[in-house]
Amino acid sequence: MISQIAIVLFDGFAFGMLLFLLSVGLSVTLGMMNFINLAHGAFGMFGGYVAVTVMRQLGLPFLAALPMAFIAMALLSVLIERSLFRRLYKAGELNQVLFTIGVVFVAAAAATFIFGTVQQVIILPSWLRGSVEFGGVRFGIYRAFIIVVALIITALLVFGLERTRLGAQIRAAVDNQRMAQGLGLDVERVFAITFALGCGLAGLGGALAVEIVGLSPSFGFQMLVYVLIVVSVGGLGSITGSFAGAALLGIGDVAGKYFWPEIGSFLIYLLLVAILLVRPLGLFGKR
Amino acid sequence: MAGEEIVLRAEALKKNFGKLEVTRDVAISLPRGARHALIGPNGAGKTTLINLLTGQLKPDAGRIELEGGDITGLAPAHRVRKGLSRTFQINTLFPDLTPIEAVTLAVMERERTAGQFWKRLAAHGDAIEESFTILDQLGLADVATRTTRTLPYGQQRLLEIALALATRPHVLLLDEPAAGVPKDESAALFAVIAGLPSDISVLFIEHDMDIVFKFATRIIVLVGGGVLLEADPETVRSDPRVREVYLGHGHG
Amino acid sequence: MTTPIAAPIESRDWLRRRSRWSPFEIMFWLAALLPFILLPTYLPLASQIAIAALFAISVDLILGYAGIVTLGHAMFFGLGAYFAGIISVRGWGEPISGLLMAGLFAGIIGYVVSFLITRVQHLALIMVTLGLGLLTYELANALHDLTGGTDGLRGIRTWPILGQFKFDLWGYTGYAYTLAVLFLCFLLSRRLVNSSFGLALRGIRENVKRMPAIGADHKGHLRLVYAISAAIAGLAGGLMAQTTNTVALDSLSFERSADVVVMLILGGTGRLYGAILGTIIFLVARDQLAGINPQYWYFGIGLLLMVVVLFMPKGILGFLARIVDRSK
Repeated sequence: MISQIAIVLFDGFAFGMLLFLLSVGLSVTLGMMNFINLAHGAFGMFGGYVAVTVMRQLGLPFLAALPMAFIAMALLSVLIERSLFRRLYKAGELNQVLFTIGVVFVAAAAATFIFGTVQQVIILPSWLRGSVEFGGVRFGIYRAFIIVVALIITALLVFGLERTRLGAQIRAAVDNQRMAQGLGLDVERVFAITFALGCGLAGLGGALAVEIVGLSPSFGFQMLVYVLIVVSVGGLGSITGSFAGAALLGIGDVAGKYFWPEIGSFLIYLLLVAILLVRPLGLFGKR
Repeated sequence: MAGEEIVLRAEALKKNFGKLEVTRDVAISLPRGARHALIGPNGAGKTTLINLLTGQLKPDAGRIELEGGDITGLAPAHRVRKGLSRTFQINTLFPDLTPIEAVTLAVMERERTAGQFWKRLAAHGDAIEESFTILDQLGLADVATRTTRTLPYGQQRLLEIALALATRPHVLLLDEPAAGVPKDESAALFAVIAGLPSDISVLFIEHDMDIVFKFATRIIVLVGGGVLLEADPETVRSDPRVREVYLGHGHG
Repeated sequence: MTTPIAAPIESRDWLRRRSRWSPFEIMFWLAALLPFILLPTYLPLASQIAIAALFAISVDLILGYAGIVTLGHAMFFGLGAYFAGIISVRGWGEPISGLLMAGLFAGIIGYVVSFLITRVQHLALIMVTLGLGLLTYELANALHDLTGGTDGLRGIRTWPILGQFKFDLWGYTGYAYTLAVLFLCFLLSRRLVNSSFGLALRGIRENVKRMPAIGADHKGHLRLVYAISAAIAGLAGGLMAQTTNTVALDSLSFERSADVVVMLILGGTGRLYGAILGTIIFLVARDQLAGINPQYWYFGIGLLLMVVVLFMPKGILGFLARIVDRSK
């Protein structure tokens, strides 16, 4: 029983870290611009495709494919943010939701057109395969790798946000956009950079997720609900909130499906609704 | 002033935003039919005080009474139904409704008939007529069926007042009713306010001292969240502290 | 522009004119009868459209008029569908009473849920509606014995309407029945949006901050319209169960919740005919395009959504209305 709990906690935390990478960008950009981007998961999807493609076509190793996914999605997001999304910052939330759902549809269709509907596989280097035994429990090496990557990125994000100039600007823009603007901060530029970073992380998360949850054109939809739960439970604009929300959801999801397969998802949604009713701004939301 | 019936009374109102004291131990009493002005420099907490009185904000301490009844814990809508109405400094209107629709809505909310989804709006003749009378009284009859967002700014300010009047207030709190209105128009606007039925008690915030001295029978001076002075216009005009506050802060 | 008016009577007339039946409306409902004669092979599709249009109207009441953004309204559609289906499986196949009970059931649940809905706004509101929708889906999945789970509900048998009209294979009775229910609910909704209550809902949508300042119990209004909307959605679900004799989990799915919002946006929110027009365009296009290649359909609908949001914020009907206004 204890070993079961340990493995559920471990797998759940690893899944949670994937969710964290996929959603932290959305949380910060939402907190800054109040822009509800349901297409955030689509960047994760294309990140996955980029990683698979550069490995298969260019023969790049897995470790090189990950940064490629990050860079490609960061660049793509700048293009889309500048050309399309910026028109919607002043629009109502319904219009933002619908427009970005439209983007998810188009992205799914485009992915099908280019890559087909088949599930993609990613070939991991041998040192990431298999598992290690620890106290009688077998832990997957790849999941441990995901956890390490996510923790390093979390540390970088927290450090960057607390200690760098851009971080200070981002914090100011999230706290009070109007005041930040009044102080001469170019909020739009800060936002564009944050958006690119966030989408890059989603791309990285998508690349890492291929091995765990698979990759097909419906990835954007599959992950949408998870990402939204992380963001709304964690609270907008908060990295710690997203981290806690993602870890909670990942562990809860894996535990629910493991111990109560019949009603696991039901419990997750029940928890989501309950949390939002008690704390509409999320567990760590301030405003 | 003794012996007059007090309609709105606030005692020891306190409100802090974090460490900032925005309302410090404020006590006011408004007799029936009053035309009182609330003045003070920017950041004195005038709008906060109105928000406390009308329930948009909850006071940290203190008590508010309307016609003898304690309303401190009541929701804003409930206070309105008891006769305490307000207008907003920044237009808070229904942009896509016409004035006749907006005011009729306010009348019907007062009459508690707004929820009747089975009856056509046009069948509520009394409410529409009353609403038209109010608009007419404020000189808005001609534009009653134009969309609010297309009205000139000055008429939108009047519609603010029309909406408040439709609730049949006993006490009316006007938060800078002439904010943003050119000076010649604002006199006309205040003439409308002066002409309100004499049993309505009015407390208004206004920056233009000419207007304040002309229309107010009594003036409350708010500084730094607390009442500096409450007196008749002559006393306020000659009070050195008031001069200091205004001249010292560059207000005229 | 409107000419200045001088008397209250004219204001009243003006308000009355706004709710008068236009020739277009009468033509529209007459045209709704055409499938019987012209397109008998498409009658099942026509029924499907009428059901979806009814569902879209229910969403328009809360989203278009009261401004509550929802991504979980299939919850009530599915509850109505399962209710009508289950009582039929358990031996009561009388359609009209079954349908009314389905609507009532969904309406009661809607009223209960409305207390939760009115507590939250913005993103939290969207997430709560989404969460409740997903929750209901999972609940139906878990209650396998009652709902049939992923296999769907088996053995629904709907008796002839009024003991006279059997549901035929070609869908004549089905379309007549759904069209009649759609029309009645449309009349009810039309009256509702033209009533003082409809005005109050528009007030909430236009400026929810002002509502308490005119003494309005706007949460009470929202609860009422949410319950009515849920009941209508339940009727639409019940109709689907009765005319197709099947209920599956997809009646509760997120896709259904999202599709109905898309239909509404295409047609134009805050106009009942927008809901109907959007549904017709959406379902006819899907019927035609998905036959060629489902991916075309996704691409097309996604692109259309983006275009509508950017260039036609009031939907196709609102866009047309603006052109008509300009040419006057």
